[in-house]
Amino acid sequence: MSDLTRRSAAELAAALADGETSSVELTRAHLDRIAAVDGAVHAYLHVDAEGALAAARESDERRARGESASRLDGVPIAVKDVLTTVGMPTTCGSRILEGWVPPYDATVVARLRAGGLPLLGKTNMDEFAMGSSTEHSAYGPTHNPWDLERIPGGSGGGSAAAVSAFAAPLALGTDTGGSIRQPAAVTGSVGVKPTYGGISRYGLVAMANSLDQVGPVTRTVLDAALLHELIGGHDPLDSTSIDQPVPDVVGAAEQGATGDLRGLRVGVVKELTGEGYQAGVQQRFDETVALLVEAGAEVVEVSCPHFVHALAAYYLIMPSEASSNLARFDAMRYGLRVEPEGVEAPSAEEVMRATRDAGFGDEVKRRIILGTYALSSGYYDAYYGRAQQIRTLISRDFAAAFEQADVLVSPTAPTTAFKLGEKLDDPLAMYLNDLATIPANLAGVPGISVPAGLADGLPVGFQVLAPALADDRVYRVGAAVETALTGRWGGPLLDQAPALPTTEVAR
Amino acid sequence: MMDFDEALEQFDPALGLEVHVELNTATKMFCGCPAAFGGEPNTHVCPTCLGLPGSMPVVNGKAVESAIRIGLALNCSIAEWCRFARKNYFYPDMPKNFQTSQYDEPIAFDGYLDVDVEGETFRVEIERAHMEEDTGKSTHVGGTTGRIHGAEYSLVDYNRAGIPLIEIVTRPIVGAGVKAPLVARAYVQQLRDLILALGVSEARMDQGNLRADVNLSLAPKGSDRLGTRSETKNVNSFRSVERAVRYEISRHAAILAAGDAVVQETRHWHEDTGITTSGREKSDAEDYRYFPEPDLVPVAPSAQWVEELRGTLPENPTAKRARLQAEWGFSDLEMRDTVGAGALGLVEETIAAGAAPQAARKWWLSELARRANEEGVELSDLAITPAQVARIQALVDEGKVNDKLARQVFDGVLAGEGEPDAVVEARGLAIVSDDGALSAAVDDAIAANPDVAEKIRGGKVAAAGALIGAVMKQMRGQADAGRVRELILEKLGAGEG
Repeated sequence: MSDLTRRSAAELAAALADGETSSVELTRAHLDRIAAVDGAVHAYLHVDAEGALAAARESDERRARGESASRLDGVPIAVKDVLTTVGMPTTCGSRILEGWVPPYDATVVARLRAGGLPLLGKTNMDEFAMGSSTEHSAYGPTHNPWDLERIPGGSGGGSAAAVSAFAAPLALGTDTGGSIRQPAAVTGSVGVKPTYGGISRYGLVAMANSLDQVGPVTRTVLDAALLHELIGGHDPLDSTSIDQPVPDVVGAAEQGATGDLRGLRVGVVKELTGEGYQAGVQQRFDETVALLVEAGAEVVEVSCPHFVHALAAYYLIMPSEASSNLARFDAMRYGLRVEPEGVEAPSAEEVMRATRDAGFGDEVKRRIILGTYALSSGYYDAYYGRAQQIRTLISRDFAAAFEQADVLVSPTAPTTAFKLGEKLDDPLAMYLNDLATIPANLAGVPGISVPAGLADGLPVGFQVLAPALADDRVYRVGAAVETALTGRWGGPLLDQAPALPTTEVAR
Repeated sequence: MMDFDEALEQFDPALGLEVHVELNTATKMFCGCPAAFGGEPNTHVCPTCLGLPGSMPVVNGKAVESAIRIGLALNCSIAEWCRFARKNYFYPDMPKNFQTSQYDEPIAFDGYLDVDVEGETFRVEIERAHMEEDTGKSTHVGGTTGRIHGAEYSLVDYNRAGIPLIEIVTRPIVGAGVKAPLVARAYVQQLRDLILALGVSEARMDQGNLRADVNLSLAPKGSDRLGTRSETKNVNSFRSVERAVRYEISRHAAILAAGDAVVQETRHWHEDTGITTSGREKSDAEDYRYFPEPDLVPVAPSAQWVEELRGTLPENPTAKRARLQAEWGFSDLEMRDTVGAGALGLVEETIAAGAAPQAARKWWLSELARRANEEGVELSDLAITPAQVARIQALVDEGKVNDKLARQVFDGVLAGEGEPDAVVEARGLAIVSDDGALSAAVDDAIAANPDVAEKIRGGKVAAAGALIGAVMKQMRGQADAGRVRELILEKLGAGEG
């Protein structure tokens, strides 16, 4: 294994700046690593070696001229397949978009390119980001690098698996109910869901527009901050994007890494611990909270009584928006087109029906039906309307909790990675994975998941939540936890991961 | 079908009008594509108006401004805070399979428009005016009806998708009785005048900038309940609005008189045959699953902005009509006819271009009204501008043509032969007042009619008419009749006293 792929993005950026390596060299190293391990992991749906190397060459030329497009110029990255990319397919893990190459870049993708980051490829995901295991991808599941029999979380299992398998130093994910944080937790990586509106959604194929947010998927907190700084900030193409400067997330990560949390008030959310959480997960959480106290933080217990309704509200709002968003996949303009069998000269409606039947998987159909029902006249008030009221109450719970604490903490996911297929036939059990992550999406507040250790040999995540626009706080606390724990472990948690079977690559 | 008058002896009609106005903003409602009419199919498009996965809308501020100005001109309240909503339904010319519209939070609501009908004022109450985006345009190829059913294939042009629309919805208009068709027509006409005065749309019905849906129901006379309505879609001329209301009144009356129930449905209007036919059945249960558009932030116009926009409104139409009537010196009847013919704006512009008020009225309401009627189009659709009409009148005033020749100039302009002066030139229509040519013709006429000439010499000046007629005939009408008379009398030594 090339030493380069083990390094953090910040280290790679420094090595590039020192002339110790070139972007072409480290891009090639990652492409080799992908070729070696991705047969087993299946983190990628599409790899663009040619495009990545071309961008790497440009980066090296830029550096040779003494110029730099960003702090991460030349460091390669993987992109979740829900973000549009010129020159690369964007399938959202769905058959219905197989082979679709968008004519435009998502704003975040454009910012990566402008920052000089070679794009390695597109990562696997649950179809249209619907799932917590990446098993709902139409192109087959991604495997957890810690145990190939297990799920890498979802929906962004591909991005999390790519960074934890050292097949990318950085990746972009999207988080609607936990799709960045829960995969980070179960793969021992770092994932951040920024404040809603903090990062442009233009070019993010929407599942639920009022909940979706793009964010960094990395191995270190500082890397996440560097990526956040690059892609964040106002975008005139996204009306919901916030027209304010990005908080100083890099500075906050560096400050947190000193390990000093004196003066910080940490709230443990009563409703997000205890019952329903795997014993080992709870144990790692409690230990981490103890570390925060050691670092000087004041820990209090806070109650968010309406969080118990968060999952129910989420599973009304999200499918409602999704049912409308997914209506455009009708075979009329792009993507899959299926003509019904045995129908001569089928009508537009018949082609739409046949295409949607063949092109969408079961989980997508389930949510379209749920959402269509929830929005129907006569049911709207009882379902969608009521869910929005709960959403308001959850925001109020957060507001009250943030009166008592600067940040809130919880385990990221109730369990460690489960086996592939284990919950596939039990949607409700699958939905419970996002219990602790969903409230942040409903309220639009930022959250991070950092590794908290292992339970039965599998990674556990520690979640930190902060008030909207105070993204810097999650980086500060996340970095403090990282520093304390890696000191205790004698290195990153991922060093404890078993070696992956590799395919010999001819060079 | 029941006779119209008979129908209104038994039933009270209730009207409802939904008018879609396409705004003339430079760009579309939610993206930067040009909103211009036409263009090669699918050239004014981008990811957003094509509804490509991942694209997002951004509200056009100019469209919001136009919507507020329309709302204010219709005496509406303006929402302090309102949202867009998604109207969900599947149709191939809708890129997202939902239309971004407004639902229970329109930008403008609770207004009215006072409409003049034959000297009487009807107050049409406006329920709401809201913003939305247009859909693409489907062309169904093959088949006989031009509709989707039976077509071989369909083509969709998304240039129109996303063009800003304002939909103006009236409350049920009751109590118009036998005047219901005229009220409907006058409302659409006067609404169009208002839109034009605001300058927010080209408001051309023939190009679909202004499209009217006519809702109609009948209730037994004296009943205070509304009957089941039909919605006749896309009635695209003033005259058709009137005809469609008449037709639907007769149709509903026949159904109800036979003891049957009117079906709640949309209907298609057929301009050529003057009838409506059944479209899709529509019940109140049709479920668009509206919910607030999560990709857009609420529209919250400040009170200060709204007041600034109020300051930009054109004159109130009723006050304006009174002012113009006084300025022009029109009688009540003349004014009513002018408004009724939809010629108010045209006459006003013609006068502004230099014509005397009575002359402007005369041309539009007689000569041009006759031609519009023959062609079955609106006055405003004729291929002549108020400036051209004013110029033709100026040619008459200058003595270059007479009324008879002026009609030929109208022919030429309407036939696309160019400006009035060019038509006069090309057709050789100018009146001859050159004494040399006239003198020769007069001599010829005297020589050809010696007995008439003798009578005139003898003092029977009235006999000159016969000679004038002969000269005019020879000059093919292009002679200044007054000058011909003078020459005849001069040459025959007869004075008029």
